[in-house]
Amino acid sequence: MCLAVPARIIEMEDDKAVVDAMGNRWNIRTTLTPEVKIGDIVLIHAGFAITTLDEEEAKKTWELFEEIENYKDNPNKISG
Amino acid sequence: MLERISTARSQMDAACEKLGRQINIMEVCGTHTVSIFRNGIRSAIPEKLKLLSGPGCPVCVTDQGYIDVTINLAKRDDCILATYGDMMRVPGKDTSLEALTSGNVKVVLSSDDAINLAKENPDKTVVFIAVGFETTTPASAVAVADAGKLGLENFCILSGHKKVVPAMDALLSDKNHKIDAFLCPGHVSVIIGTDAYKPIVENYKRPCVVAGFEPMQVIEGIAEICRQLTEGIAETKSIYEVAVTPTGNQAAMKIIDEYFEPYDGYWRGLGKIPNGTLRLKEKYGKYDAMTRFGIDEIPAEDMTGCRCGEVLCGLIDPPECAMFDSACTPDEPVGPCMVSTEGACSAWYKYGRRKRRQT
Repeated sequence: MCLAVPARIIEMEDDKAVVDAMGNRWNIRTTLTPEVKIGDIVLIHAGFAITTLDEEEAKKTWELFEEIENYKDNPNKISG
Repeated sequence: MLERISTARSQMDAACEKLGRQINIMEVCGTHTVSIFRNGIRSAIPEKLKLLSGPGCPVCVTDQGYIDVTINLAKRDDCILATYGDMMRVPGKDTSLEALTSGNVKVVLSSDDAINLAKENPDKTVVFIAVGFETTTPASAVAVADAGKLGLENFCILSGHKKVVPAMDALLSDKNHKIDAFLCPGHVSVIIGTDAYKPIVENYKRPCVVAGFEPMQVIEGIAEICRQLTEGIAETKSIYEVAVTPTGNQAAMKIIDEYFEPYDGYWRGLGKIPNGTLRLKEKYGKYDAMTRFGIDEIPAEDMTGCRCGEVLCGLIDPPECAMFDSACTPDEPVGPCMVSTEGACSAWYKYGRRKRRQT
């Protein structure tokens, strides 16, 4: 329930933003992180950014997602 | 990496040697529970270190009485129930939201979606099933604020929001508890900050360490707890520093305080916890489903035969419940810890059964 995913803010107007994670885009709210700006990476839980993250930390999660995606496309081939 | 694992392991061994007894560490986060099982962490730590899965899954600690209230609201013709998907399969007394053949239930991904449902359906009252710990509570507060700004009269929330620290306090105030330290939740702590655990550290002298969800974070969190136990100290500490600070997310805490107030509500298996549940403040009563539908109190009810309560307190492991893996499975769950993928019983079922059958 308390899972959160990192994504980059690519558009923003007031406290409404569009984020991108590995090409997936969706709408979020930045009400709880008033300091963020376009280009920042934020951690998103239930449609709300809850904190900013650095690129290195976000990449760890994105790489994990990528691995899962690759696995889904080709379950017989497990990389790494 | 290997060097870090080796350092962590020696800190764990040192604590086991120093204390000379079983050491019980409770994780209070469903995502930690799953990470611990999926990564085989239980088998990678010294035998004397026991990991207990505490009340860290908000779905699992939601009382059956609350579920029954949601089911009654879903059956009304004039309502649309908007809920996070996690709540759909949780059994009430007779049925679950998912099993309802009639009724108007919509799964939403955020409280924003619930607000949009209210805009699109002016002739219905949209009731948002507001559950979750402090990670999720601010989103409900923002929705109520938005409803006020937009003048949306057909929106309200049924608050079942819970606070993590009062639950930890309640567990430690029980004389029979056997908890030596807490591995504190990552994303809840993003909001509340590590300072929130100071009362636990100061009043009960129990280390409170916040970790992220990668296996290395969990292992190093356990190692930090062991370091403190070896030195005979108890401190709050975050090793998930990229996201968790001592003071947390102040904007989120402020909006929680503006809209919600704590009261003594029921937690499944733990009973009434002082200041453990949040309700809307009286001045926002028109957005409170309890007020709007004249519900005085959420009744306390528990499944007979289900031992989820003892599991949540760390008193038994799931296989000690007679229903585990017989009457209660993820396909046909009886207790809430089997319903949620983050529940202790579900994690045991998925990852722990093979080991259990061998022993």
